[in-house]
Amino acid sequence: MSEPMSESTIGAHGKTITVEIMGRPYAVPEGLTMLRAMWYTGHEVVRGAGCLGGFCGACAATYRTKDDVRLRNALACQTLVEDGMSFYLNFSYYPNRKAVYDLDTISDPKQELFKIYPEASLCRNCNACTEACPQGIDVRDGVWKAVFGDFAKVSEMFMDCVMCGQCIPVCIADIAPNHVALYASRAQGARLTAPPQNLALRVTEIQSGKYAAEWTRILSMNEEELKIAAQPSK
Amino acid sequence: MDPIEESKSQVLKGRDERRKLTIPIQTPTDKDRLVHAYHPDYKKDEYHPIRLGPNAGERTVREVAELLESDSSISADLDLTPQYCVDVLVVGGGGAGATAALTAKSQGANVLLVTKLRMGDSNTVMAQGGMQVAITADDSPVTHFYDTLRGGHHKNDPNLLKVLVDEGPMAAQWLIGLGVLFDRDESGNLKTKKGGGSTKPRLLTCSDYTGLEIMRVLKDEVLNRQIPILEFSPVVELLTDPDGRCTGAVLKNIDNGQLIVVEAKSVILATGGSGRLHIEGFPTSNHYGATGDALVLAYRVGAKLAHADTFQYHPTGSVFPEQLAGALVTEGIRSDGGHLVNLNGKRFVNELDTRDVVAAAIIRECAQGRGVKTPAGRVGVWLDVPMIDLLLGEGSITKRFPAMVRQFERYGIDIRKEPVLIYPTLHYQNGGVAIDVHGQSQVEGLFVAGEASGGLHGRNRLMGNSLLDLIVFGKRAGTAAAKRAKSGPAGKLTLSHVTRFRKELEKNGIKPTRVAPIILPDYVRHEEIAHAATVKQ
Repeated sequence: MSEPMSESTIGAHGKTITVEIMGRPYAVPEGLTMLRAMWYTGHEVVRGAGCLGGFCGACAATYRTKDDVRLRNALACQTLVEDGMSFYLNFSYYPNRKAVYDLDTISDPKQELFKIYPEASLCRNCNACTEACPQGIDVRDGVWKAVFGDFAKVSEMFMDCVMCGQCIPVCIADIAPNHVALYASRAQGARLTAPPQNLALRVTEIQSGKYAAEWTRILSMNEEELKIAAQPSK
Repeated sequence: MDPIEESKSQVLKGRDERRKLTIPIQTPTDKDRLVHAYHPDYKKDEYHPIRLGPNAGERTVREVAELLESDSSISADLDLTPQYCVDVLVVGGGGAGATAALTAKSQGANVLLVTKLRMGDSNTVMAQGGMQVAITADDSPVTHFYDTLRGGHHKNDPNLLKVLVDEGPMAAQWLIGLGVLFDRDESGNLKTKKGGGSTKPRLLTCSDYTGLEIMRVLKDEVLNRQIPILEFSPVVELLTDPDGRCTGAVLKNIDNGQLIVVEAKSVILATGGSGRLHIEGFPTSNHYGATGDALVLAYRVGAKLAHADTFQYHPTGSVFPEQLAGALVTEGIRSDGGHLVNLNGKRFVNELDTRDVVAAAIIRECAQGRGVKTPAGRVGVWLDVPMIDLLLGEGSITKRFPAMVRQFERYGIDIRKEPVLIYPTLHYQNGGVAIDVHGQSQVEGLFVAGEASGGLHGRNRLMGNSLLDLIVFGKRAGTAAAKRAKSGPAGKLTLSHVTRFRKELEKNGIKPTRVAPIILPDYVRHEEIAHAATVKQ
């Protein structure tokens, strides 16, 4: 018989430590992620949890460890609490502007960047975005590369981006770097990279009816006949 | 030496010998015997009869049976004056929902997309392995069809499956047109990788961020097309007209608890799967909101389910470190040559057999004492990740699996140097609401797409077919839903199906044990909280 999942204690072991959640101290076992520490201490979490696998960016949190003055960002589903840590879930919600654009009708994607995100070229090199990124992306460099038109490099650098938006509120030039990078990356894929030949060929074959007769034959078979037909040829 | 370390050293030592070993793909008879003995789908005492509704008389896991017999949270006398009147209501903000919404919108429909968490918070975003599309010269949609059919134990709906494989290449083209950057080879062609159960390499990948890349782009495009979105607004009940057609839905704003009535000419359920039901007590790789909402919503309005008794336990869920318990280790590791190794340093299954077979083999090894125990009491076998650098060259792991390197690095484990411990994790709902080739359920006006739907994958989904399913059937459902919306006026909004369902519960003597959709799993510890030893200074 299955047991109810005790998600709030997964990872817990022996020692009790003290952590502060939104300013209130709690005793929790060592080994919990920030999110589990919240469940463990009775917090209902609605906003602030998503994929629980470190990919969606919903659980961005800000924390400070004991004896450190610096505030850091992390994904709460992926980060362990430690003794003396203080954190809060910051919900990853920023009412920033996201440019609306139609990739199909843009004439020059690299020039268009200055129309849809004119602030991108105003970066003052403070590097706060890079410092804020829980994924370790060199965000500042990415913004500059986008401005200089190296969209290919931007798309590589931001493949790890979970769009948590932690780079947005820290920007002193009002850039939303993740959105700048996403535009550059999409333009790179849709407009600046030649369409793959092997795919185009297969699409043409299908559309010209290459497999039509075979499908008619296959879809007229019963389960037993299909089973035999599906046996791999040696 | 610590037994884990000792076993780990065997993994490292035995590589040369293991590489010489060829383990054949199992014959259908052996496969059958193995999964019947060890796969969780065949544990009879976990299965309960479904006592009412279109699938009455069939059996499914206790967790799903309870869900289907649950009560609605809505009172039958709710005021149904709609706050929104739309052509197409799309429920779910993952890959299938986004695709359906974009498609319906492109056909001129007035679309509303609603979702339980944020737009994009989904299982799609976590898909690492890739998307199967038959594009190489010695591959074909027909070969893809047969591979999938074998993987699904021949129970797949052939008509759905034909649509999947035949429209796959067009789906990939559509994604590329939106800016999705699939990996390319030197000549600019799409790179393909071989997945478990497939006879040809046909996985398209964006390193191990395939789902994230697809979802990022789809979400951005939904915003570009200015499709209205209501986040944190799950559907808590569907609405029907007096003839049983689906005509809208009741949402709940989970920020303030208020109900929102939506009138829609077509409704598309794209709410994903049910891993957070923790079927048979398994940990899961699924996102926070995967509570099987489509199953219960559609069942209450009278839609039939297909294969609602079969689930995919992904062979390689992490079991160590404890914090990653249940998290997925991508099948890409095995595609690229990573070995599965038991306590004694031996391989025991062809790593690229179908997922049900590999999962059953791992469970067998552990049940027969050839598993490795973790300090927290879990058990698993080794996945020899560093093999990949030996086979494909130094740096391959870093390049191909950046997400996984990062995930384990956070806990001080360098997967380029060390094998990881894995055990099957609850990953995918193989079945779901039965649909036809247009994504239409048996209830008029109700469409279903993606993991929520059933029939396509048979009794075991082949790796890489889920991302493809989202796009192909998201498009199909979006098209059909938009078309239906053009055909006539909106229907009447009633809760007559809820009244009927409650009567049926009573008639069958069933006292529901829960109210559903569940919306979010309850992980909050309700015990008294120990006070911190120290007070804030």
